[in-house]
Amino acid sequence: MTIIDTLIAGEQALFKPEKLTPMQKNTLRFVIIGLIYYGFAVVEGMIMRIYEIKPFPLVTQSQFFAIMTAHPLVGIFGSSYSIVFGAFLFLVPFLMKRPLWSYKLAVWTMALVGAGTFIFWGAGFISHYAPLYTLYWPLPADFSQFSPLGGAVFILGIALIMVAAFLFIINIFATITTTPEGSEKQPSGAMLSSALGLTGLRNLFTGKKKEHLVSLPVAAIARGAIDMALNSGVILFTGVLILVYMVGSLLGYDLRRTAIDALLYKNWFWWGLDLIADGLVLIFVAGTWYLLATLITGKNLFMQNIARAALFVELVVSWTVWSHHLLSDQAQPAILKVVSGEMVTAFEMMTQGLAFFITLATLWAARPLKMTNELRFLLGGLLGFSLAVPAGIMQADVGLNRILHNTQWVVGPHVHVAVLVGLTMTLYSAFYLLFPILTNGAKLYSQKLATFHFWAHLAGGIGMGAFMGMAGLNGMLRRSIYFNGEFNVFMILAGLSGCLLLAAFLSLFFNIIMSVGLRGVIGIFSPAKAET
Amino acid sequence: MVDSSVVLYGQTIAYTFYCLAIISVMAWFAYGVTRTGKMGGIKTGVFYSFVILLAILGVSLHIITYSTIPWVKVDLNRADYKPDKAFEITIENHQFRLPSEKMVASVGDLVLFDVKSNDLTYGFGLFRKDNSMLFQMQVIPGHRNDLLWKFEKPGVYTIRSTEYSGPKGVDMIIRNSFEVIETGRFN
Repeated sequence: MTIIDTLIAGEQALFKPEKLTPMQKNTLRFVIIGLIYYGFAVVEGMIMRIYEIKPFPLVTQSQFFAIMTAHPLVGIFGSSYSIVFGAFLFLVPFLMKRPLWSYKLAVWTMALVGAGTFIFWGAGFISHYAPLYTLYWPLPADFSQFSPLGGAVFILGIALIMVAAFLFIINIFATITTTPEGSEKQPSGAMLSSALGLTGLRNLFTGKKKEHLVSLPVAAIARGAIDMALNSGVILFTGVLILVYMVGSLLGYDLRRTAIDALLYKNWFWWGLDLIADGLVLIFVAGTWYLLATLITGKNLFMQNIARAALFVELVVSWTVWSHHLLSDQAQPAILKVVSGEMVTAFEMMTQGLAFFITLATLWAARPLKMTNELRFLLGGLLGFSLAVPAGIMQADVGLNRILHNTQWVVGPHVHVAVLVGLTMTLYSAFYLLFPILTNGAKLYSQKLATFHFWAHLAGGIGMGAFMGMAGLNGMLRRSIYFNGEFNVFMILAGLSGCLLLAAFLSLFFNIIMSVGLRGVIGIFSPAKAET
Repeated sequence: MVDSSVVLYGQTIAYTFYCLAIISVMAWFAYGVTRTGKMGGIKTGVFYSFVILLAILGVSLHIITYSTIPWVKVDLNRADYKPDKAFEITIENHQFRLPSEKMVASVGDLVLFDVKSNDLTYGFGLFRKDNSMLFQMQVIPGHRNDLLWKFEKPGVYTIRSTEYSGPKGVDMIIRNSFEVIETGRFN
């Protein structure tokens, strides 16, 4: 086959989209949407990297901050949520050997995430609405800097994604608890109890042990979904609150902003937002590590019962750690700073450390293993979190936070290494593992490109985080602009690392297109003909 | 009081050492997991030792910083300390309003910075001439935002907002607006 033939028909013309089931197609659509939005986030990231080296006239200051506002939301909601929703809506029925509760709901979930992300991104692009995750009241309602109309459209986009999250959660829990047609009636209450970890908790205190009805990865998905539901509720409620001020402004009423206490708002919003960062991400990631380790090795997980207990602890910990974001707020009670901000947060090192150890021990017990793409990326993901979590624990300290808060340290070695190296490489591992299953045995176009993807992403992600961190330790703030090249040595090196990330993404994207072909991509988005 | 740059230096060394160690461990693991070995699995004793190690590390970090970083005790118990000097600063419309054009304190002074916001959430930080940060705090409207800091050596500092308050906040910098002088120079 010539390269043009491969571009059109895919590697060896093995990919046949007409033979895909609706669930396979929907999952692949989620993946493509997720990858496109990841591409958006990478390009936005590179624009900001260049701007941090030297601001250029093509991008105004207000546009720069609009990009900064949209960038993490596009990355988390548009990309990660898409890929995670797609993967879990496929995996829960796959692992439980039953159909998804509602295929239609899954299609709506995909459409709402895709549309919602485009709406808030577009609103930010056009109106430059830029309150940065709306954390700091009354900034989201400061209409001397932002357009209320642009803000209202932005909030609408976010709200659609939160609705999509609720649909996802309903679908997951209904799939777990509903008895499929023609099957023997299953105890839905007991299934739910097992999924949430209540059975395991009860087993700790009774002599009569009950067996776990759902597998560990499904339990992790269910427990992460609890945090997702709480988080979506908080973001939706806050969105409505901000919307009231926006609608008031559009109708000519200037509502009193002091009606909302800024510190209470900050506590409320961080509590909700942290359910993503310190809740569902860590729980979903741990569950995905366990699943990947068992699928790669074909063996049982090391210390399964402890792993279940750790997931339950992580769920409770995620509800009580938010105060580490308020260690520099002098009005925040000291007891909350020490107990929630420091002590409970330190538990995350334990829960994530346990998941790290259990995954490595499971892999080690099965050696020798072949260094496949999925194993390689899984190890990359494990390394990412083992670098990022301690960086977070260090800044979640009353003493160190005084000199680290809001510097590039927070967003470099902690946030970007956790998201880009830890989370994204874990998702890539799942992608490489599921690719043949989702495509009915399509072949990857180039292993060399996959290997390049791994090394460029790993070096780029760690490099960028490290150089941002060095700038932070030297006093460079996040969410700011430096006009005189004060930190250019670090910013140029971080920019070069960003180039590696961009190259890694392009190599992956090209590899996928060449594997399934342009005809295959179009086929994925056409209606399915095969039965589920 | 130990300068915050010393604390940062210590943190940089500790974290760099940790990063090199964990990257080496993962590289060794990646090599070893593809090789046939004698050991079939990991003993549970190793696992529980690791759990205990994590617990010790997590708790000891805060105990060590509480007992070695001098501003922590002062910060958590601000009401128990009497400042040698106090400066009341107001922020409104992305502008700092200082009590005087240049604020001056002496070496050894325990200085109170009492910062009030009349509109948005801001930040308040002091920065050295080389742009490195001495300290910062958040400035929340409707609440008291006060910070005590003991200055042990002379220096000239720039005030800067350390929290994003919209695009207008980028210019919230007042260069060389706080100076610490040797004791006796006032006379």
